[in-house]
Amino acid sequence: MADTAATHPEGEDASATRRDFLYLLTGATTVVGAASLIWPLIDNMNPSADVLALASIEVDLSAVEEGMAITAKWRGKPVFIRHRTAEEIKEAEDVDLASLRDPQPDSARVQQPQWLVMIGICTHLGCVPLGQQATDPKGSFNGWFCPCHGSEYDTSGRIRRGPAPTNLLVPDYAFVDDTTLRIG
Amino acid sequence: MSAGPSSSPQYSNPVVRWIEYRMPIFSTLDNFVGGSYPTPRNLSYWWNFGSLAGIALTLQILTGIVLAMHYTPHVDFAFASVEHIMRDVNFGWLLRYAHANGASMFFIVVYIHIFRGLYYGSYKAPRELLWMIGVVILILMMATAFMGYVLPWGQMSFWGATVITNLFSAIPLVGEGIVTWLWGGYAVDNPTLNRFYSLHFLMPFLIAGVVVFHIIALHQFGSNNPLGIDKKSPKDSIPFHPYYTIKDLFGLAVFFLVFAGFVFYFPNMLGHPDNYIEANPLSTPAHIVPEWYFLPFYAILRAITFDIWFLPAKLIGVILMFGSILVLFFLPWLDTSPVRSARFRPLYKIFFWVLLADCFMLGYLGSQTPEGSRAVFALIGTLYYFFHFLILLPLLGKLETPKPLPASISEPVLRTPLASPAE
Amino acid sequence: MTRTKHLLAAAVIGAALGAAALPGSATAAEGVELLEHRWSFDGLFGTFDRAAAQRGFQVYREVCSACHSLKYVSFRNLAALGFSEEQVQALAEEYTVQDGPNDQGEMFERPGKASDRLPSPYPNPEAARVANNGALPPDLSLITKAREDGPNYLYSLLNGYEEPPAEFQLADGMNYNAYFPGHQIAMPQPLSPDQVTYADGSTASVEQMSSDVATFLTWAAEPQLEARKATGLKVMLFLIVLTGLLYATKRRVWADVH
Repeated sequence: MADTAATHPEGEDASATRRDFLYLLTGATTVVGAASLIWPLIDNMNPSADVLALASIEVDLSAVEEGMAITAKWRGKPVFIRHRTAEEIKEAEDVDLASLRDPQPDSARVQQPQWLVMIGICTHLGCVPLGQQATDPKGSFNGWFCPCHGSEYDTSGRIRRGPAPTNLLVPDYAFVDDTTLRIG
Repeated sequence: MSAGPSSSPQYSNPVVRWIEYRMPIFSTLDNFVGGSYPTPRNLSYWWNFGSLAGIALTLQILTGIVLAMHYTPHVDFAFASVEHIMRDVNFGWLLRYAHANGASMFFIVVYIHIFRGLYYGSYKAPRELLWMIGVVILILMMATAFMGYVLPWGQMSFWGATVITNLFSAIPLVGEGIVTWLWGGYAVDNPTLNRFYSLHFLMPFLIAGVVVFHIIALHQFGSNNPLGIDKKSPKDSIPFHPYYTIKDLFGLAVFFLVFAGFVFYFPNMLGHPDNYIEANPLSTPAHIVPEWYFLPFYAILRAITFDIWFLPAKLIGVILMFGSILVLFFLPWLDTSPVRSARFRPLYKIFFWVLLADCFMLGYLGSQTPEGSRAVFALIGTLYYFFHFLILLPLLGKLETPKPLPASISEPVLRTPLASPAE
Repeated sequence: MTRTKHLLAAAVIGAALGAAALPGSATAAEGVELLEHRWSFDGLFGTFDRAAAQRGFQVYREVCSACHSLKYVSFRNLAALGFSEEQVQALAEEYTVQDGPNDQGEMFERPGKASDRLPSPYPNPEAARVANNGALPPDLSLITKAREDGPNYLYSLLNGYEEPPAEFQLADGMNYNAYFPGHQIAMPQPLSPDQVTYADGSTASVEQMSSDVATFLTWAAEPQLEARKATGLKVMLFLIVLTGLLYATKRRVWADVH
């Protein structure tokens, strides 16, 4: 609208400046209004209050014997809980950190060495790695093997080979007592 | 396609030129809402409501699309999912209130738009088709609004759907079959809700498509104007941009003020409390009323309480209700006067206001229980409505002596620049 | 000014449409005038009186919840009434909630959590009817929105129990209420003086408890009321400025046409 206004007969500079300022101010205010109109249309797609408030879960570990693993569902994702054998713990602790893609000592990934708790989502592109069942392929490092693109994880859930960039994530969790685990 | 000498502006920006050469989008916009669209210089604020209706439709589509992301079209979850939107979704309350009140705003704007057309004779030659396309939009809007109102699955949703779909049972022989087909069952139930949801999502886009035709038809001869006379010289018109873009924007801001007033301070005023009770197929609320924008039609539907000859009252009511809209299709030919604007039709001007009052009366009666004198008034109001269109308008054109028309649009405006335009 | 006149006419039409759009407002409770109460949440700047709402929650919990569910409200929502996270947690844990199935495929009971909805007193509407002489105690989550002039209606109803007029035929098991449509209500008078003991020392009169519980239930029906009014204020102020600016710009642009 400014260029059409320039053709107006009134030619005094002061008046023209005032007019340009008015047009600018109106234009800017309109843009601000339109932008704030759009925000609710975007923000509503963020997680809603009930989703954010999703409960923590409690898992009973009494039936999980050494060498066994269970999968719990938390916030719509699988959580791997593995009761590790002494051998697996040793394997995890003896790794040379320098050789790891995402160096992290095993002690930083567990609260009690025999219980490994991780979100069972491959850090590459979100598939669920195999290795929970006794019959599953566990990869070359005796941990987990992602069937989508061949990422291999060790007995601490650390990435050892394949395209995944980082180790399997460890969620917030706490032991309520010896056999009860609260995740979240 | 419409590349006249005045509509091929030169563009300096090379990107714009590149696109324009392959797809003339910029010149098309310029011809439709830009500086190359000559518009009568004397349009009043009543001409703001067309663009407002377009904005209202756009807003309904935008809020509707995001609401659909959170809504569940199932009889067991629909009501709860609306409460989920209202309580848990970020800005969900705002989006839902904006959508529900937006429907009312859309109808207010469109009804004003229609009555403006009635007052200034905008339906007359050569704009008959423009008017008829508008009536199609109105019918699609009504269908969309009706189906949308069913989706929250409250008591009014359910019983409104039951009553309105049952209208079709008045059709002899095939009526019952049609109703069962509409329901997809033996009552309004989950299949009904699902198909209404699907159609409620589809129809706004149909409306948008018909709006395109409405605008194409409009641009063939351009806007009518308060004087109802054709543009005769370049002095009669001004470019749409910037004059009417800024005027429409100002009108839009005023519209938003009213709209926001409803959404933020009276969000449930235009709704009905019973729709906050989940649908119960076993219990009808004490008073069933449709949304306000259907009330006049609802009054017409109920107006006939007696059989005439072999026609049962129910069928007559349904015929009259649909007829009250269909008669608008024939309006360009029912009105025999050669003069468009009511400003120069002293008698028509009076009857225009009588018709408006009649519609308000019918609207009021539609909201009340049809007892005693109210039933009589509803009948009188209904008969008058048809009398206006079918008898009065054809006669008026022959009997009335119009006032002398001004020589041109610019004449009354330019000759007395300080006085208000001749009323 | 023709323009002013036109705008005025538009405003009048808008108002008339608004008025026509109030079906049934006159027919609420069949013409009975409701008691008018002054509410903290009324008006353009109204907010919920937190103390009243908390007392109202106590009334709901100790009285209403015996028969009435509040199924769209979660414990976590109560934080909006001024309860701390610990208080909400403790409140939730007072309830037993059914969850499951567990690894054995069985449903089990556990203490409530903040994310749980408030448990309903009956497992289904049929059970509610059987326990209440055939009448269904409505869910209260939306009750103030589901009745014309909801808060005042609720307040009136709770204060409206009285002896029926001499000629009034009261059906068996029904109670007379001045404000209930038809005056026959299945719910016996729920509130009597000092029925609850308020922690803040307020006197638990029927009027006090009614207005408290109406405040609480209005919040339950519209927890976003405060956000709505606060956002509305900002939006309206912005729109007034924008409208003024656009009007000034419009006058400027049109200056050479008139």
